[in-house]
Amino acid sequence: MKKDLLGIADLSSDEIYRVLDTAEAMREIGERPIKKVPTLRGKTVVNLFYEPSTRTRTSFEIAEKRLSADTLNVAVAASSVLKGETLADTALNIEAMAPDMIVLRHASSGACHLLARICRSKIINAGDGMHEHPTQALLDAFTIRQHKGHLDGLKIAIVGDLLHSRVLRSNVLLLTKLGAEVWVSGPPTLVPPGIERFGVRVSTSVDEAVTDADVIMMLRIQQERMQGAFFPSLREYYNVFGLTPERVRRARSDVIIMHPGPMNRGVEIASEVADGAYSVILEQVANGVAVRMAVLYLLAGEVEAD
Amino acid sequence: MGKRLLKGGHVVDPVNGRNGVFDVLIEDGRIARVGRDLPRDLAGDVVEVPSGLLVCPGLIDMHVHLREPGQEHKETVATGAAAAAAGGFTAVACMPNTVPVNDNAGVTGYILQKAAEANLVRVYPIGAVSRGQQGEQLADIAELKQAGCVAVTDDGRPVATALLMRRALEYTRMFEMPVIEHCEEQTLKADGVAHEGFQAATLGLRGIPGEAESIMALRDISLAELTGGTVHIAHLSARQTLDAVRYGKSRGVRVTCEVTPHHFVLTDEMLASPVPYDTNVKMNPPLREAVDRDAIVQGLADGSVDAIATDHAPHHYDEKQVEFDHAPFGITGLETAVSLCFDRLVHPGILAVTRLVELLSVNPARILRVPGGSLSEGAPADISILAPDLDVTVSAARMRSRSKNTPFDGWRLRGGVAATIVGGRTIYVNQEVQELRF
Repeated sequence: MKKDLLGIADLSSDEIYRVLDTAEAMREIGERPIKKVPTLRGKTVVNLFYEPSTRTRTSFEIAEKRLSADTLNVAVAASSVLKGETLADTALNIEAMAPDMIVLRHASSGACHLLARICRSKIINAGDGMHEHPTQALLDAFTIRQHKGHLDGLKIAIVGDLLHSRVLRSNVLLLTKLGAEVWVSGPPTLVPPGIERFGVRVSTSVDEAVTDADVIMMLRIQQERMQGAFFPSLREYYNVFGLTPERVRRARSDVIIMHPGPMNRGVEIASEVADGAYSVILEQVANGVAVRMAVLYLLAGEVEAD
Repeated sequence: MGKRLLKGGHVVDPVNGRNGVFDVLIEDGRIARVGRDLPRDLAGDVVEVPSGLLVCPGLIDMHVHLREPGQEHKETVATGAAAAAAGGFTAVACMPNTVPVNDNAGVTGYILQKAAEANLVRVYPIGAVSRGQQGEQLADIAELKQAGCVAVTDDGRPVATALLMRRALEYTRMFEMPVIEHCEEQTLKADGVAHEGFQAATLGLRGIPGEAESIMALRDISLAELTGGTVHIAHLSARQTLDAVRYGKSRGVRVTCEVTPHHFVLTDEMLASPVPYDTNVKMNPPLREAVDRDAIVQGLADGSVDAIATDHAPHHYDEKQVEFDHAPFGITGLETAVSLCFDRLVHPGILAVTRLVELLSVNPARILRVPGGSLSEGAPADISILAPDLDVTVSAARMRSRSKNTPFDGWRLRGGVAATIVGGRTIYVNQEVQELRF
């Protein structure tokens, strides 16, 4: 792999499979009574988070600790971003303390590219603005493969706020690379221009998108988008785009339902669906640790595996 | 000042219908004679100009930001003037979005005083349309005109309301002054940072559609038709806006427009490569798609575009070394414009040199109603000597501008500047042009 993991765009399908295969081995570590291996002993990983995050930060931290890395979390309040130290200066100061890797979450697209240009440390993108969230897409692929055995040829419907979603971008890049048939659906106000050039099918009808789907992936709707007049009301959104039990019935009988979290129950997804038999939402969270362990391990240069 | 004879250069002077080898006699800072084989004993100082160099009426950049007063860490009138001289320009028109805004004679006078101290290119201040560029109340435009402003604009933003634009177009009629408009429908632009299209979608950057520009241009062209005023569309970037300008011209509206070198050379693919999220390709209006770039090139060739201006927008390194979202819009342009024009427009056969001189000299002078634009006898001896075949490697580090925010660093281009003469005085000589010695 390259020095950094900035996005799925930089990965070949071979590299993606390598992460997924490595993650299988890592998952097994999490099932042991003593969930720790010395693989990254002596390595320092800084989790630099400019946006609040519970799931991703915790997941990275657990992954780092299971690999015996020395890990620390730096949370920078969003309010201090513009008035305080620049991102570049913060990164260079952290860099001066010689960490091996920096895991960055930031509200601006391309923030990880800036760091990768100026830092010797390996940079892992934990979500940059509306751009990419590569480890989320990798854990999603891992979860799909776990259930379906493969990704190529699957019909995968991704529904929600396509415009602002970094999860959407990373998933579309990954799933199309691995040969899945990707459908995306959302209000036309939340569809990025030119999205069909990614090799996806676009439909404003959720019913069409989910029909015979093997996988339905729901994206979070942020309530503040209403102020931007992207859609009229949460109620109307739910009626037109929400994943209801009726809509799930259009999919294949072995469909799995995914969501990157955090969920808005009753907005993009009905609770019966989120908590229902087809839902693998909590498995995604569990797999996140294994996939992030795999990414850390592979980026660290494949030190001797335990 | 004595007499000087420029001997043997290729004169390109479209106003006087000259395009060939002529000698130019300068006397007391003015053009005294232009003719073939003028006797050497006419002047004590004879400069041999190889026939491969072009002797042109001084280039005028009608859209630059000199940042003074208030943002001298980016640029000063003196450093901007030096950059202009090195870029082959004999005059620049500077935008009023300084700190404080150039909305009164005091600021205008300060800029002119700094320009006089620098004593390089001519500097024509442009005043604000509205007080503080706030878009509420007209600035004292008559006072600005009297102090030396040649146009008004709220550049950096559009004139806020249709009503205020109407008033500005009406009011400026008595001075025969253009209102220069930064066309941008601000609710459509919103918090966009890049052209709305596939590249921005891929990179997760908030988009600005071309229509944010063309809608405002159509508003202003309609208001120019209503009022009989004169509107000049600054840094036109979108194909839709070019169509709007053509529509206006076809109806006899007094509308002109300019384009920048970066908009006729680059596209939004620069956002992704070679340097992803390079803040030196963040400017407003943004780099657009190839179809827009090609439309602009077509507009330059067919006469729809009136002028090339750089929108020279210096920003300090620190200000650009941040997240793409947070970086200020703008790039420098004074020292790369001529090379880009030759390399991308003249050498590929898109523009004849006569047309290039119209775009860089004749038309800017006409639009701003300032001296220059020709080598007519009696005119100020503002002359740009250009070297169309000079191999140029752009070096940001060696630029005169105080800021280095250019996406063209390291580019190799064919064509450059040999010398710049203002009022008969040589203010810049390019040492790399061996065959020209003053």
